[in-house]
Amino acid sequence: MASTSKKWVLGIVVLAFVVPLLKPIFPDAISDYRLFLVSTMIIASIAVLGLNLLTGFNGQFSLGHGAFYAVGAYTAAVLMDQLNVPYWATIPAAAIVCFIVGYLFGLPALKLEGHYLALATFALALAVPQILKYKWLEGLTGGVQGIVLMKPEVPFGLPLTEDQWLYYFCLVVMVILFWAAANMLNSRSGRAMMAIRDQYMAADTMGIDTALYKTVTFGISAAYTGIAGALSASAIAFVAPDSFNIFLSIKFLIGLVVGGIGSLTGSVIGGIFYVLVDNSAQALSQFVKNDLGLPFDLSAYTVFGVLLIAIIYLMPMGIAGGLFMAWRKIRGAR
Amino acid sequence: MKTSRRTFLGGVSTAAVLSASGVAFAQKKYDDGATDKEIKIGHTNPYSGPASAYGVIGKTIEAYWKSVNEAGGINGRMVKFITRDDGYNPAKTVEMIRELVEQEKVLCTFNTLGTPTNTAIHKYMNQKKVPMLFVATGASKWGKPKEFPWTMGFQPDYHTEGVIYAKHILANVKDPKIGVLMQNDDYGKDYWEGFREGLGKDANKVVKHVTYEVTDPTVDSQVIQLKDSGANVFFNIATPKFAAQAIRKVADIGWKPAQYLNNVSASVASTMKPAGFENSQGILTAAYLMDPTDKQWDDNADMKAWRAWMAKSNPQGNVTDASNVFAYAVSFLMHETLKKCGDNLTRENLMRQAANHQKLKLPLALPGITVSTSPTDFYPIQAVQLQRFQGDTWHLFGDVMHAEST
Repeated sequence: MASTSKKWVLGIVVLAFVVPLLKPIFPDAISDYRLFLVSTMIIASIAVLGLNLLTGFNGQFSLGHGAFYAVGAYTAAVLMDQLNVPYWATIPAAAIVCFIVGYLFGLPALKLEGHYLALATFALALAVPQILKYKWLEGLTGGVQGIVLMKPEVPFGLPLTEDQWLYYFCLVVMVILFWAAANMLNSRSGRAMMAIRDQYMAADTMGIDTALYKTVTFGISAAYTGIAGALSASAIAFVAPDSFNIFLSIKFLIGLVVGGIGSLTGSVIGGIFYVLVDNSAQALSQFVKNDLGLPFDLSAYTVFGVLLIAIIYLMPMGIAGGLFMAWRKIRGAR
Repeated sequence: MKTSRRTFLGGVSTAAVLSASGVAFAQKKYDDGATDKEIKIGHTNPYSGPASAYGVIGKTIEAYWKSVNEAGGINGRMVKFITRDDGYNPAKTVEMIRELVEQEKVLCTFNTLGTPTNTAIHKYMNQKKVPMLFVATGASKWGKPKEFPWTMGFQPDYHTEGVIYAKHILANVKDPKIGVLMQNDDYGKDYWEGFREGLGKDANKVVKHVTYEVTDPTVDSQVIQLKDSGANVFFNIATPKFAAQAIRKVADIGWKPAQYLNNVSASVASTMKPAGFENSQGILTAAYLMDPTDKQWDDNADMKAWRAWMAKSNPQGNVTDASNVFAYAVSFLMHETLKKCGDNLTRENLMRQAANHQKLKLPLALPGITVSTSPTDFYPIQAVQLQRFQGDTWHLFGDVMHAEST
């Protein structure tokens, strides 16, 4: 089982690397815009993975991961804007800054369980856009005007477009981060994280330093989401407080639940889902109104909501869980 | 590049007529987004999220193009208006605009709404050389033809308006001590910076400057702080709900300053009425469009035509909402610009025509306010007129002011 799934993952990664190279052959199907869209999905997947490490594997709730995403994005943007740091070097910097912020936030969070932690993180997400506008920080953050950045240029004279290069950059970061997460979860530390989620008291009794694991997990989770934020700053080439409103945190949570809590594959599906559905819900609502000629003036969010309820109802374990169950049923029927 | 004999002859005669403007109509020329049958225009607007109150602008513009198409389109071409919801999120705007430009292949974008959202796509549009016309924001950075030859603003910018109030205060109020209430975002800052620039060396006349956040429930405590500072002038940089609260509070606590209100909140129905007419007497503001809730325009031909149009083509739209007036006026400008392009619907010609309006009269603009642009002037409307609130309407006074923007 493990070897087949490894082959699958390898196959998909190889495919992901090869397909964009076919752009000259299928210029319409593999357009720059589509590659950019897939890059945003990759970025979303990394952010959802960050949240998944915390919520799915360690059992701590967060309604505020948009805050870490914003910190990562701003760390990258400020470094590029003020110190002319190259975009690739901002990724580790954002990871470190976000790890520290996440770790520090994890310390008081130790005293908060469940709903209270959810509320505290929610407050963090609400506060961050305001803090970015704060006048003492304005020199760095550009205040409400945000910071306009350059898009990453293609290095070494490679015959790629900017969007192809961005795609590969995001893909490499994603593969490294998922590989690291898979290894971590398969290790002693990963088992300790999950033990804390499943049976806090038992884990404590077994000698696991629960406080340490919980705060470090918070830090790692924040670092992952911060890396996603830094990537998004490069991809969008602009940061402003309006990009990081409370909806962002909620979207990560939706991606997490829909994709599959406590599943690496689920994080990828969750990232793809939220970009895809967010965009197609609008197209769908216009399709209902204009092309089908039905008298419903549905807002995109209505369509989004209906889809969400349907998925949660039909696949309570998320899409990853649903697919897994379906796969098992088919094999069982054989 | 097909040239039939008839279009050629037609073109020659038109070219002769229009030779002054130096535009050749001899050939049909198209860029992406334009054909014999269709012109594709892209647009983003916040239909959801924190700024969704502006969503009505998108809906009214959509209704406008629908009515243009029903009347036969522009030079025989139908307008395909593609509008997307960006939720006022700049990251989303980039995604949507890239889709419109690269997948839908629109000829241009039009009236994309919001300062941060437009900032996010500013560079991209100019790199791609796609016209980004008549953006819906009051920031002052949209008229820079040298650096950004593909972007053009529309309305008088907040910065200039701020300068005008400052100058008026210095000229008319004896020994001014100014208190400023400001919404803490890009829009508020633009006014505030213009205002300070207008004060120049008298910037120290501002004795108190307080801010509020859109999430605040009231601005009562801010107004009390302003009164306690001993100010005798009150500059109100707030959106309608907060502006009305502030005006009411000023009256409640018995403060009697000279009041200046930003144009954003000049609506009779959404600011002055909730604030109470008795509390609003004598307030000054600057305007460039007619307020649909101001009864002095009830018999105006433009206003009547607009109301008839609203009833017929945009029945779900609110006729007391100034956003609908704005949307109609800016759509008219786009309509005129496309008409002038004739059969030469290239992006280059579109920009050339957009930068070639001479004293164009816009429907619902105040008398005397017209649109003029040139290759070096990318600010379509630069004039405003001051008005004072008396009884239950605004009264225009003084001359139309043409402020050169920065």
